[in-house]
Amino acid sequence: MRAGLGSANGASANRRMRIVLQGIGSVLPAATVALSLLGLGLIWSLAADLWPSRAFPPPLAVWRVLLKEAASGDLGYHLAMTLWRVAAAYVVAMLFGSVIGVLLGTHRRADTFFNPWLVLFLNLPALVVIVLAYIWFGLTEAAAVGAVAVNKIPNVVVTMREGARALDFRYAEMATVYRLGPLDYLRHILMPQLQPYFAAASRSGIALIWKIVLVVELLGRSSGVGFQIYLYFQIFDVAAILAYTLAFVAIMLLIELLLVQPFERHATRWRRPA
Amino acid sequence: MIDVLRGLSFEVRQGEFACLLGPSGCGKTTTLRILLGLDRQFSGSYQLPEDGSNRVAAVFQEPVLLPWRTVEQNVRLALAPRLRDKDLDWLFDVLGLSAMRSLYPSELSLGLARRAALARAFATEPSVLFLDEPFASLDERTADRLRRLLATVWEARPTTVLMVTHNLREALLLADRIIVLTPRPAQVHGIFDVRLSRDLRDAPAVDDLLLDFHQRFPDTV
Repeated sequence: MRAGLGSANGASANRRMRIVLQGIGSVLPAATVALSLLGLGLIWSLAADLWPSRAFPPPLAVWRVLLKEAASGDLGYHLAMTLWRVAAAYVVAMLFGSVIGVLLGTHRRADTFFNPWLVLFLNLPALVVIVLAYIWFGLTEAAAVGAVAVNKIPNVVVTMREGARALDFRYAEMATVYRLGPLDYLRHILMPQLQPYFAAASRSGIALIWKIVLVVELLGRSSGVGFQIYLYFQIFDVAAILAYTLAFVAIMLLIELLLVQPFERHATRWRRPA
Repeated sequence: MIDVLRGLSFEVRQGEFACLLGPSGCGKTTTLRILLGLDRQFSGSYQLPEDGSNRVAAVFQEPVLLPWRTVEQNVRLALAPRLRDKDLDWLFDVLGLSAMRSLYPSELSLGLARRAALARAFATEPSVLFLDEPFASLDERTADRLRRLLATVWEARPTTVLMVTHNLREALLLADRIIVLTPRPAQVHGIFDVRLSRDLRDAPAVDDLLLDFHQRFPDTV
């Protein structure tokens, strides 16, 4: 057998290669993203020059509106209103969705009984929930946030139920033998196992929630990005509509980069040991 | 429903190292799971020693370390309240884990993971320690080294041990008393007292014990 000869050399060369690639790798995506966005802006700008129309403003016009709205304080206020509704709906949806999901995932009979309900709620259009919430509970903040949460809860339940079904019974038995208290069990055994599912539900959750929040604001609130978009829709101010949209998308991207991703890296550090 | 055990009755003395020895699938593990409170589909009764703490520890066929906690965090999960850091250091040291305290289980070999599982068990200062073939699926050399480590730790931190195994040599190497079981449904076939002091049980001595055992129980493997 000759296999493996010189493998040590190969391994170290490989490692060197990987380090170099990693060095480029961390710069390359950022540069690519910047270039890609710049390209999109250029095409948009060119297209707006070719077909000048009030309904299709160039990026510079949008930028000017953005600055003006930001200076007046309107942008900040409405962004903050939307953001807090997103946060509240997210917390409520994740809390209730996780608890229900874990209960269903660990109790077979309850799962069989409640599954049709879940399917029903999964297929209920967001608009119906919002309209009913406003009719039944009035045009209130609680109704708005609740409606968004109810739209999201079934998705969280499905994901967390999957996570609860995948729980490793050996860890639970170990916890029984070593007499871990319920709090320790929750913290050290249950939550780490559910973490990947929680992260998946969170990610899809935030994306879905903020889109529904805009609809909720459009239908029954007098603040927030959705309300502003509705306002500018009525006077056909596309530049303002785009300014608000892009500002909010940028904020959601920042949250993803600065909050969600670092948290996930921290929670899964044991998966790729140093 | 199949009877895995029928009329099984035995006693383990306080502070002794007892072995449940029986052929594969005879119900040894089931017995252990009942005693650990993991299996509630049984009739009959059992009594664990009453020494106030009532702490129980177990090492299973697999180490069952939490992969998201380091070795030390795993061991500290169920630490006895009165165990001092010095005792813990000693435990890591004697089990050869001192350098691995901050590693994650995925970075450990099978043998090291078993050591960590042993450390976790002893760190609870249990009044009974249950071992379910803790050295299964290890190569014989590693298994043997771990058996001797177990004996060392147990002698420094004595407690009542009930070990389940189908490995006669293992039982003869470690136990004070061997409870020999029949094939399923398991019943007590007989008791074999290992009278030889534990430090004298080298390979030839275990061979002699093996002969004695086969004379007493000619029909068991």
